[in-house]
Amino acid sequence: MRSDRGQRAPLGLKIAAACGLLFLHLPILLIFVYAFTTEEKSFVWPPPGLTTQWFAVTWNRPDVWDALSLSVRVAAISTAIALVLGTLCAAAVSQTRFFGREAISLLVILPIALPGIITGIALRSAFSLADIPFSFWTIVLGHATFCVVVVYNNAVARFRRTSGSMIEASMDLGADGFQTFRHVVLPNIATALLAGGMLAFALSFDEVIVTTFTAGQQQTVPIWMLEELIRPRQRPVTNVVAMVVVLVTLLPILFAYYLTRDGDQIAGSGK
Amino acid sequence: MTSAVSFKQVSRHFGSVRAVDAVDLEIAPGEFFAMLGPSGSGKTTCLRLIAGFEQPTAGSISIFGERAEGVPPYRRNVNTVFQDYALFPHLNVLDNVAYGLMVKGVGKASRLKAAEEALSLVRLPGYGARRPGQLSGGQRQRVALARALVNQPKVLLLDEPLGALDLKLRENMQEELKSLQKALGITFVFVTHDQGEALSMADRVAVFNDGRIMQVGTPEDIYQRPNTRFVADFVGSSNVLPPDFVQRYSGQHRWGSLRPESIRVSSATSGDGVAARLVGTNYLGATTRLAFDAEGLRLHAVVPAGTALPAEGGAVMLTFNRDSLHLMDEPA
Repeated sequence: MRSDRGQRAPLGLKIAAACGLLFLHLPILLIFVYAFTTEEKSFVWPPPGLTTQWFAVTWNRPDVWDALSLSVRVAAISTAIALVLGTLCAAAVSQTRFFGREAISLLVILPIALPGIITGIALRSAFSLADIPFSFWTIVLGHATFCVVVVYNNAVARFRRTSGSMIEASMDLGADGFQTFRHVVLPNIATALLAGGMLAFALSFDEVIVTTFTAGQQQTVPIWMLEELIRPRQRPVTNVVAMVVVLVTLLPILFAYYLTRDGDQIAGSGK
Repeated sequence: MTSAVSFKQVSRHFGSVRAVDAVDLEIAPGEFFAMLGPSGSGKTTCLRLIAGFEQPTAGSISIFGERAEGVPPYRRNVNTVFQDYALFPHLNVLDNVAYGLMVKGVGKASRLKAAEEALSLVRLPGYGARRPGQLSGGQRQRVALARALVNQPKVLLLDEPLGALDLKLRENMQEELKSLQKALGITFVFVTHDQGEALSMADRVAVFNDGRIMQVGTPEDIYQRPNTRFVADFVGSSNVLPPDFVQRYSGQHRWGSLRPESIRVSSATSGDGVAARLVGTNYLGATTRLAFDAEGLRLHAVVPAGTALPAEGGAVMLTFNRDSLHLMDEPA
């Protein structure tokens, strides 16, 4: 809009844009509305009445808390693993030259390019081949495969914009490897890591496909929701949880978006 | 007296590329030493060998008598001013300068005081609170200099320090670097591909080509008495004269060099001298550079601006003093 010098868009275009946005976001608002409905067996429109009792009911359901806590723990640990491995990998690929460098950067990105179902089946057969029982750690492993990609992508882009001689300058001034990482590398990639980490957390939190193959009998939040929809019982509870999930994933993504946007100035100012 | 930097048969090979090949070099303490050469000649690799970013494939390096092989950059009393300055974008100027002292564990008050003093030394007092991104190229260069000098290095390495500056700034910085080096008495080693810069700043110059040192000497030595065709050609574009030509004038069958400014041009068509034809003129401001063709040999002469010149293609006679014909060591 800014480029056409304050000219107003034609009415038709405005209506089309509004319809597009409504189409995208109205279903999400519906989910919020159903969290307050008095009808618990099925979703009827309009809601026969409005109540906030489902928040209390949800609060007292132990299965909700189990699923939420599992999801948060899995997302936190997967993100932590991804932060370490993704950063190391990005550093290796962008700072050094070695045989197979291009192949490695492709292989790292592959898990997110492959359909999740392939990753899921592959992991499941690998686990059963190795006789590894399903546990918290098998879910973490599955999630880490795609969390690493997100962190790697963010970190590698930042490393590319960071001058390589800065690390040499730090060593030259008397800083050993650890001090250089702490005082020069980390401050320069911190916002990229924060953004990558938040995206990874959000991805892990609502992941379904890989989780179904690696979770066994455990339920993360998305899996618990699917089960709830199949066996209806206090249906609006699902909507309450859905609201929480939307907020939990949306806020970090928004935050990450603003961080990487500002990051351009931070990384580019040294050149 | 121990040398500030000493190379004994030092080589650095990258696979089959001999970046530095069996180099012997002695740099005296307190010297302003230039490494001059075209790109890819090994001069920057030599600098990185002194800094510790590269390890020699063979040979030994010592810095003030201490063996340097295997010693990492952060344990050498040597600091570098990088070509792209490599300032830390996330720190302000004062913290940039104080960085070396900070990682050595110097207390905050005394390291910031030392950094402020270093900034005054490079004539940037009061710039401490700014970010590197807010400075001009010349100012960043000074910050990089202050950041290196605050550590009181025994040897300061400068990698093409003036390469990114415009002409006027470069001339100012040349003088300033030189007077700074005199005042501090620190050994400066600087790498450049600009022969004018090397000749005007350095006490001694090493001319590099293909990973080897072709000649080491004072600027005057290098300029007046090049020992090889490469040095004669690279430093100030001397006329390189083939042995047959030299034999006619000196009686010796050797390669010779003749500075363009020692050739006199006369429009006489007969007499003693080299008959030649003017094929090109290049106006350079204070001087004019002329290209001649003397029986297939290309000769250049530099004459003061305003000298009466023959028309292009005109026949001239070139004369020079026998003394100014320098015979080179290179075998004929």
